[in-house]
Amino acid sequence: MKILVLMKQTFDTEEEIFLVDGKLKESGVKYVINPYDEYAVEQAILLKEQQGAEVTVVSAGPARAEEALRTAVAVGADNAILIDDESLNGDEYTISKVLAAIAQKESYDLILAGHMSVDDGAAQIGPRVAELLGIPHISTITGLTIDGQTARAEKDVEGDLETIEVQLPALLTAQQGLNEPRYPTLPGIMKAKKKPIERVTAADLGIDVAAIGSKTETLTLNLPQKKSGGRILEGELHEQTAELVNLLRNEAKVV
Amino acid sequence: MVTTTSYSDFQQDIRNGVREVCARFDLEYWRKSHEENLYPTEFVKAMSDAGWLGALIPEEYGGSGLGFTEGAIILEEVNRSGGNANQVHAQMYTMGALLRHGSEEQKQKYLPEIASGNLRLQTFAVTEPDAGTDTTKLTTFAVKKGDKYIINGQKIFISRFNNTDLMLLLARTTPLDQVKKKTHGISLFLIDTREVGEGMIEATKIPTMLGGDTNQLFFSDLEVPESALIGEEGRGLYCVMDGMVAERLLVSGSALGNGKWFVDQAVKYGNERVVFDRPITQNQGVQFPIAQAYMELRAAEALMYEAAAKFDAQDPSAGADANMAKYLCSDAAYHAAEACMQTFGGYAAANEYHVNRKWMQARMMKIAPISSNLILSYVGQHVLKMPRSY
Repeated sequence: MKILVLMKQTFDTEEEIFLVDGKLKESGVKYVINPYDEYAVEQAILLKEQQGAEVTVVSAGPARAEEALRTAVAVGADNAILIDDESLNGDEYTISKVLAAIAQKESYDLILAGHMSVDDGAAQIGPRVAELLGIPHISTITGLTIDGQTARAEKDVEGDLETIEVQLPALLTAQQGLNEPRYPTLPGIMKAKKKPIERVTAADLGIDVAAIGSKTETLTLNLPQKKSGGRILEGELHEQTAELVNLLRNEAKVV
Repeated sequence: MVTTTSYSDFQQDIRNGVREVCARFDLEYWRKSHEENLYPTEFVKAMSDAGWLGALIPEEYGGSGLGFTEGAIILEEVNRSGGNANQVHAQMYTMGALLRHGSEEQKQKYLPEIASGNLRLQTFAVTEPDAGTDTTKLTTFAVKKGDKYIINGQKIFISRFNNTDLMLLLARTTPLDQVKKKTHGISLFLIDTREVGEGMIEATKIPTMLGGDTNQLFFSDLEVPESALIGEEGRGLYCVMDGMVAERLLVSGSALGNGKWFVDQAVKYGNERVVFDRPITQNQGVQFPIAQAYMELRAAEALMYEAAAKFDAQDPSAGADANMAKYLCSDAAYHAAEACMQTFGGYAAANEYHVNRKWMQARMMKIAPISSNLILSYVGQHVLKMPRSY
């Protein structure tokens, strides 16, 4: 079985976010594998251990994403591909076209990804790539068994558990709870250091950069407003109600 | 978290890797281990399984063949996470005597198993009630009988005896009054404690402020096969000398990790703790000792890396530097412990704040594995060529 894992390097979720001149401050920041992608990587490694598989991880850059790919190799991925081409930066529309082009270079039985990245949080890449490849897609899975060419995935649906069967090839996106990602061992880290990482550009993929330009544009970037302390209204119930209406109308100006 | 010296990518990977393991074992885990005298078996297993405790064993024997700079970093990160590196450091370096002085057969038999963590080599029995720093005074005695050695005597302050498979043991094979040089006549044995006969080793626990597994051992006609001898009979002390320098480096790293933990804790708590309407770290009396300890740690760290690099390069001056680094790292860490304790005030006394436990561990490093005064006398006599002071 050949498995492709789509992954992204994101801010460590414990990092504080700073904006400098309207841009995200990236220097001195610790980067990690997007936590949902970690579940995808772990699932691929588990399948490799349980039934044998060749696991390839891919990330659509930037260059620093190599660290994340090496971490994936350190925990057991066989191959790593870095899309190392700044002209391919873009939104989910662009990136999914690029990742689909990668997926088409080989015939993968299974494509795994996190259901979203914790930075942009768009949750579009998985479904978009599946659409572009014309293969079925199941999102936010919390359980998976593979039997021959049949994948059986579980997912939470409003507190219930839904089980979905699909024929491979398919693309599945991982939700928290799918597994417990392992950490790299020292021998794994040392092996990953020596592993060559395949670097590809638009030309290698036969992509016309102009044709896949972003469909969206970021106008401004703002931090959420600081939360101020709440207010507890006092008095009889009808007094509180009157005061609440007054505040909603005159202070918050929402009614 | 305080920033520190810059490292190579690989060293940073090591830090991240060890942090990943340590993150699974929180401060409450360590508090419980300390208060209930429980050996942190799960932590030791996790560190072994991830290959960190076999880091210093050469690749040909199943380890990763890293140097002592990396070894010190591994233990630094354990303590920096709030853990207790003392519980694992022996597994990393005690094998050095076997590696450098054991026969090929002994190395093939034990090193790969130690590297994988299947065999625990956590105990190094040297100290006796009347022989501590003056190791040549030890009286535990091994007599050769046929193809066996029969060992009698006692050891004290022997760590982790109940949580090890193998034990290195120093014993006299020629009495002190019959050797030309007092450092002669001592032999080194690698004993498989699982094969020891009933009643041959009696262990009594010594409760200490550090918790853990510290023991007094009595040997009564302890029989070991002659194959347990490491190196040449009578030259055992020379087999462990390198290991003692190695231990200084690893303890330096451990102390450094404690020091950084204290600084992190003091800064975080002090910045949040408001008294008289301002954070207490706004007071110079609180702020300056933390800043001073931080600077001392940085300086000690620089010497530690120099010493470790020299040791890895087999530079003969590594021994003196490693001792100096151990002195400075443990001293700086203790100053950080003091600053942290003072910053926490009364809360430092409460076990749930973890500062008192770490403070005791930090204090111990000025005593063990060698007292600070002995390092001063060594530097005075051997580095600066002043008269022997003891």
